[in-house]
Amino acid sequence: MPTHAAKPFDSEALRSDFPILKTKTKGGPLAYFDSAATAQKPSSVIEAIHRFYSQENASIHRGIYDLASEATLAYEKARETLAQFINAQASHELTFVRGTTEGINLIAQTWGRQNLKAGDTLLLTRMEHHANIVPWQLLAEEKGFNIEVVPVNPAGELEMDAFETLLKEHPVKLVALTHVSNALGTINPVKDIVKKAHAAGALVLLDGAQAIPHFRVDVQDLDCDFYAFSGHKLFGPTGIGCIWAREEIWKPLPPYQGGGAMIQRVSFEGTTYQDAPVRYEAGTPHIAGALGMTAVVDYLTQWDASSLEAHEHKLLEYATAKLQEVPTLKIIGTAKEKVSVISFVMDAAHPHDLATILNEEGVAIRAGHHCCMPLMRHFGVAGTARASFAFYNTEAEVDRLVTGLHKAKDLFNV
Amino acid sequence: MSELSEIYQEIILDHNKRPRNFGELPESTCSADGHNPLCGDELTIYVIVDGDTVCDIRFEGQGCAISKASASLMTLKVKGKPLAEVKEAILEVCDMLTAQEEPADLDALGDLAALSGVRQFPMRIKCATLAWHTLKAALEGNTKTTTE
Ligand SMILES: Cc1ncc(COP(=O)(O)O)c(C=O)c1O
Repeated sequence: MPTHAAKPFDSEALRSDFPILKTKTKGGPLAYFDSAATAQKPSSVIEAIHRFYSQENASIHRGIYDLASEATLAYEKARETLAQFINAQASHELTFVRGTTEGINLIAQTWGRQNLKAGDTLLLTRMEHHANIVPWQLLAEEKGFNIEVVPVNPAGELEMDAFETLLKEHPVKLVALTHVSNALGTINPVKDIVKKAHAAGALVLLDGAQAIPHFRVDVQDLDCDFYAFSGHKLFGPTGIGCIWAREEIWKPLPPYQGGGAMIQRVSFEGTTYQDAPVRYEAGTPHIAGALGMTAVVDYLTQWDASSLEAHEHKLLEYATAKLQEVPTLKIIGTAKEKVSVISFVMDAAHPHDLATILNEEGVAIRAGHHCCMPLMRHFGVAGTARASFAFYNTEAEVDRLVTGLHKAKDLFNV
Repeated sequence: MSELSEIYQEIILDHNKRPRNFGELPESTCSADGHNPLCGDELTIYVIVDGDTVCDIRFEGQGCAISKASASLMTLKVKGKPLAEVKEAILEVCDMLTAQEEPADLDALGDLAALSGVRQFPMRIKCATLAWHTLKAALEGNTKTTTE
């Protein structure tokens, strides 16, 4: 990680680092408001991947020749870089996976399989992404443990009293929740939750997919037990992500997938396994993806994080105010603590129609249930329109969003 | 907004705003729930079949302008028609929406031709076909269907 002083927020400089922002759509510039689905990539990340395949490509771990040993070192360097980025105590606490989804599945199938049994309770929340619901349901069907759900208030915040009651009334072994809601933008009070869960003897898994792209995450400070995130939402490549857990949690866990790399010795009489993290990285991993993640961290750490956050916060406030002026528009998710994600519905037009109309304006938003069907049901909607912002977005782009929404209203009010 | 006026033709906007035959049909002889898992939209089609005639049809549910207008237009098209003709219409419309080529004779489709603008919006075709798939399921005795 660069040690020189970090640069303060500079919209033009930042935007020029993201080549896709220069592309044209519908004859004009692209206003990309779907970073919560996947973020755009800076050139340095794209170049790192290009460089790997054009000059450095080799498989890791077993090769003796230079390219292979360099690729192995670079892959392990990526692990170290990411571990430092989230302030893990040691780089071997971090396992490379395909993304948040696989990270959670990995924990369900290893820690969950070993520790959750009939009579135990797993605590989820109503605002979870399907990626933090379905892996547990699959396991619960098999193991027969109980799943309880922390409710959400009308603003889209967790009902903390209900959380404490659930924690008291059930033998909770694990609390698995999202750090930040992808559908609402709500930042959950996870430090408080961790403290209370630990006091009740439960571990805590945090789905960090939507948190880490918006602010710095320090797993030791959070004091959680598992942390999952995706590279592609953090301005990196698809197909790579991380699952972090403290060393003592990994130690006694059974393997996840079997195959090459994860073994010590294979024989038909019995096979022995490596320790974490290699134990959990069977097969040839996404090496270029890992190197892309090194480039992501190098890129992000050039910038003063708090100034990027401040810009996003300003955008959120600006867009919230502007959207509230659009007739019949209702924002879903008005938590006090939010990242720059705004979900909304309009009486005049269905989210799908809004997305189509905005697309004609070169404005990319998402419409649908955002993989949060239980949360949508809670709000009584089938889906919402969602604009999610990153530090590369501008107020001028927000204005185009708002203009498009006014057009939609006019079109549907004929 | 030229492409937009293709997809959101007057007829579509009108049927979205004032859907015809909207609501439950308690005496229905068959019905089906249609679901588009991509967006979560849901639609129920109720039909009264007497002999081999679709005597009455209504629909309800949540959906975008395209899926609502498509369902509304569909009810007008098939109400009072013999089953064979209804099945023919289902095929015709689904073909029109999904075939590679522009349909040769749009006029023959009457108001339904308004749905053809959706062809230029690949992500929205399933919105337009949902009602028709659901009607097909209802007539075949299936109570649930999806666009997948
Ligand atoms: C909160 C949350 N969790 C999990 C995921 C799944 O991430 P991925 O698809 O990268 O595995 C997402 C992405 O949509 C998300 O927003």
